[in-house]
Amino acid sequence: MMLDRRMLLGSLATVLLLPEGARAESISDSAGRSVPVPARVERVFPAGPPAAILLYTLAPDLLLGWPRTNSPQECGYMLPDICTRPEVGRITGRGNTANLETVLALKPDLIVDVGSTSETFVSLAARVQDQTGIPYALLDGRFLALATAYRKLGQLVGRQDAAEALADYTSRTLTEITGRIANISAENRPQVYYARGPRGLQTGLGGSINVETIELIGRNVAGGSRGGLANVSIEQVLLWDPDVIVTIDLEFFDAVRSDPSWAAVKAVRDNRVHLSPKMPFGWVDFPPSVNRLIGLWWLAKILYPERFPEDLRPLTRDFYARFYHVTPSDAQIDEVLKGRD
Amino acid sequence: MTIVGLSSRRSPVPGFAIAVAVLIGGLLAAFTVGRYPVGIGDLINVLAAKALGNRPDVSPAVESVILQVRGPRVVAAVLVGAALALAGTAFQGLFRNPLVSPDILGASSGAALGAVVGIYLSLGVLAIQAVAFIGGLVAVAAVYVVGSAVRSRDPILVLVLTGVVIGSLFGAGVGLVKYLADPYNQLPAMTFWLLGSLSATTVADLIPLLGPVAIGAVVLSALRWRMNVMSLPEEEARALGVATGPLRIAIIASATLVTSASVAAAGIIGWVGLVVPHLARSLVGPDFARLLPASAILGGGYLLLIDTLARTMAQIEIPLGILTAVIGTPFFVWLLASMQKTWS
Repeated sequence: MMLDRRMLLGSLATVLLLPEGARAESISDSAGRSVPVPARVERVFPAGPPAAILLYTLAPDLLLGWPRTNSPQECGYMLPDICTRPEVGRITGRGNTANLETVLALKPDLIVDVGSTSETFVSLAARVQDQTGIPYALLDGRFLALATAYRKLGQLVGRQDAAEALADYTSRTLTEITGRIANISAENRPQVYYARGPRGLQTGLGGSINVETIELIGRNVAGGSRGGLANVSIEQVLLWDPDVIVTIDLEFFDAVRSDPSWAAVKAVRDNRVHLSPKMPFGWVDFPPSVNRLIGLWWLAKILYPERFPEDLRPLTRDFYARFYHVTPSDAQIDEVLKGRD
Repeated sequence: MTIVGLSSRRSPVPGFAIAVAVLIGGLLAAFTVGRYPVGIGDLINVLAAKALGNRPDVSPAVESVILQVRGPRVVAAVLVGAALALAGTAFQGLFRNPLVSPDILGASSGAALGAVVGIYLSLGVLAIQAVAFIGGLVAVAAVYVVGSAVRSRDPILVLVLTGVVIGSLFGAGVGLVKYLADPYNQLPAMTFWLLGSLSATTVADLIPLLGPVAIGAVVLSALRWRMNVMSLPEEEARALGVATGPLRIAIIASATLVTSASVAAAGIIGWVGLVVPHLARSLVGPDFARLLPASAILGGGYLLLIDTLARTMAQIEIPLGILTAVIGTPFFVWLLASMQKTWS
């Protein structure tokens, strides 16, 4: 945190030292690449869903479009005219759905990618930037890097004040939630099994971006092996005997309580299977962007009810107002919390 | 063919004994090993209690593992292995080609396309399996219709070529659906499905698997005498009074039925249908009356052993398609080297 503030002061100092009216010529993105700061930013191309969400929360008017068309339900929780902007595809290396010529035709002033900063994506960013001449910023979307990502994005699009407000809210939320459980040692935290897929037998291994929310405040039963998503058997789940099951799959959630093969799992016996909210974006897993921040409150209340007594509804309304620029009604919030649509 | 044929005619019984031993060994291993510790005593206790209608004297978790988790999975592994081996044996005989596997006519590609479309449309598990099953049948029907429409002196060759071509068309369809899928949720589900697994098998999955496999197996075994004639050149078979056209349709239909049901239940599992028929042939000889049951028993035992490895080696499941290939490839190379004379 100190480091972030120092970096911010540093970049502020650079701005102040420059001739009047000019901004810093380039900043270093989360991967340490130098990205030229465009003089005017009016159109920003998001390379994938996490970037689109981060951009929408900071500067919705600049967002050129979405990697995939949003559904009408999703648009119920976003600014309608931004939410219905066109589908522009995504740039993810080999699996591009966006044609680079189409990207150029949209005349973006900046391309933003949020996600992995591994060599694959660094070289992709460099290549696209060279090919198109459009600045391409690669930002790290993990929880502990999120505030920095906001500040960097704020500098790039010239919205430092709004970015600072969101970065500050993000850091305070993370500090508040992790602070309240800081004195619970790792082995005393509830064991969580993250269930995906209609049979609930896909899970995120240790360190996978899919279980970042769970691993930040709970114990992932599958954390013993590192990796991404994997299939496991019910026998293995019985052996792990998780205290809590978190799922994103409605079909699994509805079936698990009456499924005899799951009946002996502790979380099922204790009725501690929880369906994650997902409107307009997932609360625990994907897309891996700021949308999971409100999911931390949700999960914290599930895992540590006595330490998180507050009502989720005002927290949800506040988060949606700050980040999604809408104030959902009580009925809408209840719908979101059910997680069923 | 003569060498193996002669030796087996002398002693088909040891061949069968080996196949049955593999299956029984597989069953014993499968029920007693697994991620969740279950002793042989627990197993007997639960089975005896079930048979007598009592409450078993074990923890609910152990009972659940035996009756709800491991039991159905073991049954499914045996059924799928037997089905794929049966279909492979029938196709290798029908096409008179040792390199033919059950998916030669596009059953797997069609089922794969059906499954990924089902996942793309966010259907339920049973609906996905149903769409996969139908996809397999549709693909083979398409291959058969197109292949028969082409006039040729070698209808078998045309059929195989059509199968390869239409199979790759369905493969392109799978690629397209994966490309359009949601990369966070649907794409991993599709990838897992295509790699093949029995990890999610429940009691409810056994009925849609057992029905088609039983029908296909009954039809194939009823045709076992005529299938011997199929391995003769077409003119000779006709001369012996066997109508090759209807017989071919019956064999293709039954093999497709069992393959599609297996692929729908377990995903794509290669190698079993290719390797096991060869192994069975080396044990009991080329006579279909003995070859078909030996293949089925051996296939069931083989996939059961592979699946037991898949669910015990690590905390996470090893995809079946990967294990069968890793084990099947060296085995097949060895088989090719040692059986050269049989097929020449």
